[in-house]
Amino acid sequence: MGSIFNEMLNPDGSVRGPYAQIHGWVGSLGKDNVERALKEAESIFRRLGITFAVYGAEEASERLIPFDIIPRVFAASEWRRLTIGIEQRVRALNAFLHDIYHRQEILRAGRIPKDLILQNSAFVPQMVGLNPPRGVYAHIIGVDIVRVSETEFYVLEDNCRTPSGVSYMLEDREAMMFLFPDLFKQHRVAPVENYPAMLRQTLESVAPQGAGSEPTIVLLTPGIHNSAFFEHAFLADEMGVELCEGSDLFVDNGYLYMRTTQEPKRVDVVYRRIDDDFLDPLTFRPESALGVPGLFDLYRAGRVTLVNAPGTGIADDKAIYTYIPDVVEFYTGEKPLLRNVPTWRCNDPKDLAYVLAHLAELVVKEVHGSGGYGMLVGPTSTKKEIEDFRARLKANPKNYIAQPTLALSASPTFTEAGVAPRHIDLRPFVLTGDRVRITPGGLTRVALKNGSLVVNSSQGGGTKDTWVLED
Amino acid sequence: MLGRTASSLFWMSRYVERAENMARLLEVGYRISLMPRAIEGHRDEWRSTLTTAACEASYFAKHKDITTTEIIHHLLFDDDNPSSVRSCLKTARNNGRAVRTALTRDVWEVLNGTWNEFVLVRPESITSERLPGFLDWIEQRAMLFRGALLGTMLRHDTYFFSQLGTFIERADNTARILDVKYYILLPKPSDVGSDVDIQQWATVLRSVSAHRAYRWFYRDSTYRPWLVAEFLILREEMPRSLTFCYQWITRALDGLGEVYKQRYACQDEAVDIYGRLKLGNMEDIFQSGLHEFLQDFMLSNNQLAADVGQTYNFP
Repeated sequence: MGSIFNEMLNPDGSVRGPYAQIHGWVGSLGKDNVERALKEAESIFRRLGITFAVYGAEEASERLIPFDIIPRVFAASEWRRLTIGIEQRVRALNAFLHDIYHRQEILRAGRIPKDLILQNSAFVPQMVGLNPPRGVYAHIIGVDIVRVSETEFYVLEDNCRTPSGVSYMLEDREAMMFLFPDLFKQHRVAPVENYPAMLRQTLESVAPQGAGSEPTIVLLTPGIHNSAFFEHAFLADEMGVELCEGSDLFVDNGYLYMRTTQEPKRVDVVYRRIDDDFLDPLTFRPESALGVPGLFDLYRAGRVTLVNAPGTGIADDKAIYTYIPDVVEFYTGEKPLLRNVPTWRCNDPKDLAYVLAHLAELVVKEVHGSGGYGMLVGPTSTKKEIEDFRARLKANPKNYIAQPTLALSASPTFTEAGVAPRHIDLRPFVLTGDRVRITPGGLTRVALKNGSLVVNSSQGGGTKDTWVLED
Repeated sequence: MLGRTASSLFWMSRYVERAENMARLLEVGYRISLMPRAIEGHRDEWRSTLTTAACEASYFAKHKDITTTEIIHHLLFDDDNPSSVRSCLKTARNNGRAVRTALTRDVWEVLNGTWNEFVLVRPESITSERLPGFLDWIEQRAMLFRGALLGTMLRHDTYFFSQLGTFIERADNTARILDVKYYILLPKPSDVGSDVDIQQWATVLRSVSAHRAYRWFYRDSTYRPWLVAEFLILREEMPRSLTFCYQWITRALDGLGEVYKQRYACQDEAVDIYGRLKLGNMEDIFQSGLHEFLQDFMLSNNQLAADVGQTYNFP
């Protein structure tokens, strides 16, 4: 691990440009002020019901995601550079998905092993030959990015299925504006609040043909027990669309309808926040009660649009991840602007041997895992944890990939011991419909434990407001 | 609006109303158990509280004897009792959460805040001294909820469905309280108002917060069973009477009819019940039997709730 990039301070102790005023502000905040602000923020969040359920915890316990009041700040020029790279990557991912479910040029060209796609559980054969409106598959992508130096950014993961967290981006900003209005007077912070409007535009732009000028959009949720239910309700409300459960929708005579208090109402676009497997018991998992029987056939017939399309998981599969730089080059003809983290594929005997010999230095992840579960962070693990993991890895090597422990950048954060640097990442939200839209900002997650690199909220991570300054 | 949304709004309000009624019943039961002659009678009183709350089965499934502590726990905190205050508040909040987008922030904050505060209360901390204050708090939260509904919700379908829930539950509750005590309200030759009876009538009035209102309304210092029954069934001035509830139920259904430009059979059904209450008089009701009248009313009230659900596509 090299030296850690500090978002606020240069190695010589001078303050980085974007943080010029934040630095002084942080210094001027007394401990009492901070505690009061945090308390107030907590009561705002709790009152609004911004909680998430922790899987596996006793009862249906609801927790708040900790919130840190020191914003993470990008200069306009830094952000511009980043967005060009993000847009390039997102366009390539959509082109890749279209190709994989059509001519499979990239496989014919031998750039990705055939089996890796066709034998992959994230590949959805039912999608082959299907043409979603505008050729868009992943309408909403949350690209997880980490920074290691002034100019180096790495993509950790492309979340192409149903990325969550955007409500925290919006509510963190609300809370900051409520708590520290003066701070916003001193800065020109690009607004994030039009994300719901942009999302709605994106969804309208991919409505099926024949939907008319005002397509009916719904948000499909698994229900109140889902950990992200708050976000589903929040987004539906902000967009002004109905929040539906599977049982509210039904297929009749070639169209999708929702059961209302009056006549059934036709539905054109479904922003679904349930996984592929549960979408339609007739096509996917037969025992699923969350989805809508017959939905996929309608989708196939072009009567309804599913957002994101089924089968997008093949683009964010961890086994495919290592090929994404090739994917970008293959479809855009350009060098990728955003880098991948160097990755060892444990299904490769040579890579596996290296990984087994260097477990204490590496981060090892399950290919299909998410949310920071089932991973090993070598440098912060005990001998026993490493040995236990070694056994699991040996038993099923193709289930794992490994990466060097990145020196994630650190941002000043309030801790029990005062202001201290804590590691952060960034999840910008990228919308693709009639065009690509990127909200200036995103969700900054922060690992609150000293030295920890795990930012996932399920593992004790928190969030920060993310600022993009305007020129 | 989704049929499920309408249903959730309806049940959200029903459960808040039920939580409040439960708190009132407990308040009365507890008061009586404190009275000097209650040593013998308090078990009967608690039993009738259980009957009124329709919690006899759930209580005796877990407890053999009636004890004040266990009753209070069962009616306030027991997760296995779907009508305990805890269950009511949880169900109300879950329903509200499922239709969060249909609620104003104020309504949601009351529901959510009430639940968040309720779960912080340790059941063992609710001692005799703290019980009245805690019950007061529950009632106040329910009133705050209704106030937020009245004060912030658009007079649209969301509002009308939640009003229906409130008043169908309230009508059921008032009828149930009267029915459990109907025998003491029956006019008997020996009806000279023994101490015990007066205390019982006071109980009935208290459990709907009407003991003071009764005195003001009838300008009478003694409780007369005939008038107590009339007050709670027919008097439209009394906000927990059956007639009053039906005034609001028909209003809400008329409101829905206007919003949807559509008249349904359930609207006529409610108007019919309301009409019969308005034209009713106590003489006839006692003639044909108070118990029968109330049973009949509760059936029609339940039927109306079911018909509303069917009309508006509740799941």
